[in-house]
Amino acid sequence: MASEPQATESASGLPQLDFSTFGNQIFWLLVALVVIYFILSRVALPRIAAVLAERQGTITNDLAAAEDLKVKAVEAEEAYKKALADARTEAQKIVAETKAAIKADLDKANEKADQEIKARTAEGEKALAEIRDGALEAVRDVAKDVTAELVSAMGGKADGRSVSAAVTARMKG
Amino acid sequence: MATEAQGAGDGGLVFHPMDQFMVKPLFGAGEVGFFTLTNVTLWMALTVAAIFALLVLGTAGRATIPSRTQSIAELAYDFVRKMVEDVAGKDGLVFFPYIMTLFLFILFANVLGLLPMAFTTTSHIAVTAVLAMMVFLTVTIVGFVRHGAGFLSLFWVSSAPLPLRPVLALIEVISYFVRPVSHSIRLAGNMMAGHAVVKVFAAFAPMIIISTGIGLLVTPLSILAIATIYALELLVAFIQAYVFTILTCVYLKDALHPHH
Repeated sequence: MASEPQATESASGLPQLDFSTFGNQIFWLLVALVVIYFILSRVALPRIAAVLAERQGTITNDLAAAEDLKVKAVEAEEAYKKALADARTEAQKIVAETKAAIKADLDKANEKADQEIKARTAEGEKALAEIRDGALEAVRDVAKDVTAELVSAMGGKADGRSVSAAVTARMKG
Repeated sequence: MATEAQGAGDGGLVFHPMDQFMVKPLFGAGEVGFFTLTNVTLWMALTVAAIFALLVLGTAGRATIPSRTQSIAELAYDFVRKMVEDVAGKDGLVFFPYIMTLFLFILFANVLGLLPMAFTTTSHIAVTAVLAMMVFLTVTIVGFVRHGAGFLSLFWVSSAPLPLRPVLALIEVISYFVRPVSHSIRLAGNMMAGHAVVKVFAAFAPMIIISTGIGLLVTPLSILAIATIYALELLVAFIQAYVFTILTCVYLKDALHPHH
């Protein structure tokens, strides 16, 4: 067997130019190509095309869904902002109302207190005047008594009428 | 194998870089007939099996999120489909399965041929010539079927000055008929040359057994050279498959749109 391949080789030089093998090669090549063609066109290529199309579809769907969700998120944000603004307005309104109510109460209480203070003051003044009047009377009496005593002590005869007239005149003066 | 054993027995270097291209019957040692099961049959069957494994078994999951194998299959699909669409145009997509068949066959035959002890079917001019003739005939038939005599306007360069046109037409006709020749020899030549070079360097590798002195230098160098050429060959395997396919698309474009 050792010499046999060499003999073939030397007979034709390059194995590529050994025409006796051409028929065999071409036959098996055509068989291989036909088999590959059928594998590809019947099974592999439609399958891969379907997979790629499906993937494209999935991607498109997912993108659309993402777009939808994004719109929804924006809507939710708007709603939230609106609710927040509403709540703030409401709160401000309540604050203003409460403030007004408190102020009214306060004013009323102030006024009442003022009036009471005024009444008390008037009362006080009246009492003070009474006391002052009482004091004046007492002073006059004391002054009369003192005067009468002084007059008698000086050896005069104290006449009640003249003494009181003199005291009254003096006190007026 | 037999010759290598014989050579080792002689104690010298053995150079049989072309032995790897010999077509041999798988069983026995008879004549290579038309239907004989040969190493050609074996390696073409492996090519078909590899293509089947990648494109059919690899995509069996039909996953929306692809597995690695499915990704490669889809990559190959997209690559060739885009090439056909870009070069030959949308109406060229009818020929997509045909061009995909050519591309995958050449690619897998080239790459499988790089395995040690492998037989490279695409290194044979008989194979590549058939592939090229198939393309040539397809282009010519499609051209005439689609455009009738209008297909001949491919050779009549209307943008050139009138006196030059007959000369250009002659050149165009010659170049048209040379296409299948260059198309087939380019592929077979690249495959054959690369594999032969690897084999030559491989023959130098056992030098260290014969002569330790020279071998210390030559053996590592030849092993390095094999590795380098092998990497280059891997690149060439892909590039030649690509070149063959894209030229097919370019020729097909001529058939579909012959008017420049």
